[in-house]
Amino acid sequence: MRLTQTLIGSLAIIVFLLLPFQGIASDQNQEEGEGKFDPKELINSHVWDSHEFHIADWDGHPITLALPVILWTDNGLTVFSSSEFHHDNSGTTVVEKNGDKFVRYREHIFYADRFDQQKFEDTSTMGRPFMYEDRPLDFSITKTVFSMIFVSLLLLIVFGFAARHYKKNQRAPKGLSGFLEPVILFVRDDIAIPNIGTAKYQKYMPLLLTIFFFIWLNNLIGLIPFFPFSGNVTGNIIFTMVMALIVFIITIFSGNKYYWKHILSPDVPKALYPIMIPIEIIGMFTKPFALMVRLFANITAGHIIILSLVGLIFIFETAAISPVSIVFVLFMSVLELLVAALQAYVFTLLAALFIGQAVEEHH
Amino acid sequence: MNIVAPESLILWTTIIFIILLILLRKFAWKPILGAVRTRETSINDALAAAEKAKLEMENLHADNEKLLQEARAEREAMMKEAREIKTKMIADAKEDAKAEADKMVAHAQAAIVSEKKAAIAEMKQTVASLSLEIAEKVVKHELSDSDSQLKLVNEMLGDAKLN
Repeated sequence: MRLTQTLIGSLAIIVFLLLPFQGIASDQNQEEGEGKFDPKELINSHVWDSHEFHIADWDGHPITLALPVILWTDNGLTVFSSSEFHHDNSGTTVVEKNGDKFVRYREHIFYADRFDQQKFEDTSTMGRPFMYEDRPLDFSITKTVFSMIFVSLLLLIVFGFAARHYKKNQRAPKGLSGFLEPVILFVRDDIAIPNIGTAKYQKYMPLLLTIFFFIWLNNLIGLIPFFPFSGNVTGNIIFTMVMALIVFIITIFSGNKYYWKHILSPDVPKALYPIMIPIEIIGMFTKPFALMVRLFANITAGHIIILSLVGLIFIFETAAISPVSIVFVLFMSVLELLVAALQAYVFTLLAALFIGQAVEEHH
Repeated sequence: MNIVAPESLILWTTIIFIILLILLRKFAWKPILGAVRTRETSINDALAAAEKAKLEMENLHADNEKLLQEARAEREAMMKEAREIKTKMIADAKEDAKAEADKMVAHAQAAIVSEKKAAIAEMKQTVASLSLEIAEKVVKHELSDSDSQLKLVNEMLGDAKLN
């Protein structure tokens, strides 16, 4: 409630903007001032990654958890706190470290002397993260990385406790392990064994369990709208890309001779090889690509829908719309809870399926 | 594209995931899966043992039944034997009794015969002595008359022959 009030207070003049025109105009709008409500900016600020963890706004000033900025510059490694930018994202505050000067523009850190705002605006959204000629390599602990570490620690604590419970209790599980064991057994009996087979599944159990719980908990963390949660990890395509790559690499290294024979010399007439082999090789890559996009798209879509529904109140400039927003947000949040588990299940299931195809024995 | 710096996320995601995988495998998955497997084996073992015990119980029951049957048969046989012995004993006893009785009867008969003989002999003696007395008296009385003497003698002789 306080958050909503603060938001209302900070939006002195709310300008109604239709979404279709928003895409072109948004970059200019930000410079026009604090007064205008920009739903795209609101959504992006929640969905996008950042160098600091925004906790709340107090009296018009953002309260944030400053995260470390780690840069690999031409002069070597440079580490400093993101608070040195003083919440500046417009490229005006210059931070001087290790003989280098840095500015931050819309969460991208550039060398101050090489930053060209016009060039940035002219670059496509897709191209902006890759302007390496103008910026140092950025290995910062961003909000996403922070959330990932947080989730990892949570997993280690929870499962560490559960595992210790098993050492003491040899009987039926109860308490925490009583809740976790059915899920672990679900991964084993409904994901690993049917797809990989009883002979080889044990080797892949730690991987599948880690993938499942890591993705599930990251999905859930993304749904909780306050600090220290709310990090949108699984809705980040780089995260899903790395996860898919890990599955891809493990699939490739698990592949037995039947798997490679199926790709490189399938059981079709030799005349079809020019078609079949490229298709099979493309197939190798489309599988992890599908993993990557499915998780990213599902989670991002869910977040955008919820934020858009909340944004309706500010777009229509009336509290009368809030019952509609509340009902739909509640519905979407419950749906997202399901999607969080479902997408973790689907990712793990497909990972198990791909590994299963790679290790399958033909008789 | 919600990316700030792709290299940062690629690096950290890889590092965090690998460390998480290693730590969870060592401290969580191996102990938990191991415990679950141990428990499953022990449950299966317990079930198998119960099954085995049930089978053994059944066998034992069958054995008991067999033993009982044998015991019953044995008892039956013993009873039968006892009955036979009883019958035989009764028969034997009857036979013995009969023999004894016969023997006693025979003794009695023999005794009667000998008693009778003795009685007859005594009677004969008595009769003889009586006859002699009578004869003496008669003789003493009749000796006066010879005819009557003869007649008497004849009569007496005739009587004597009748015995």
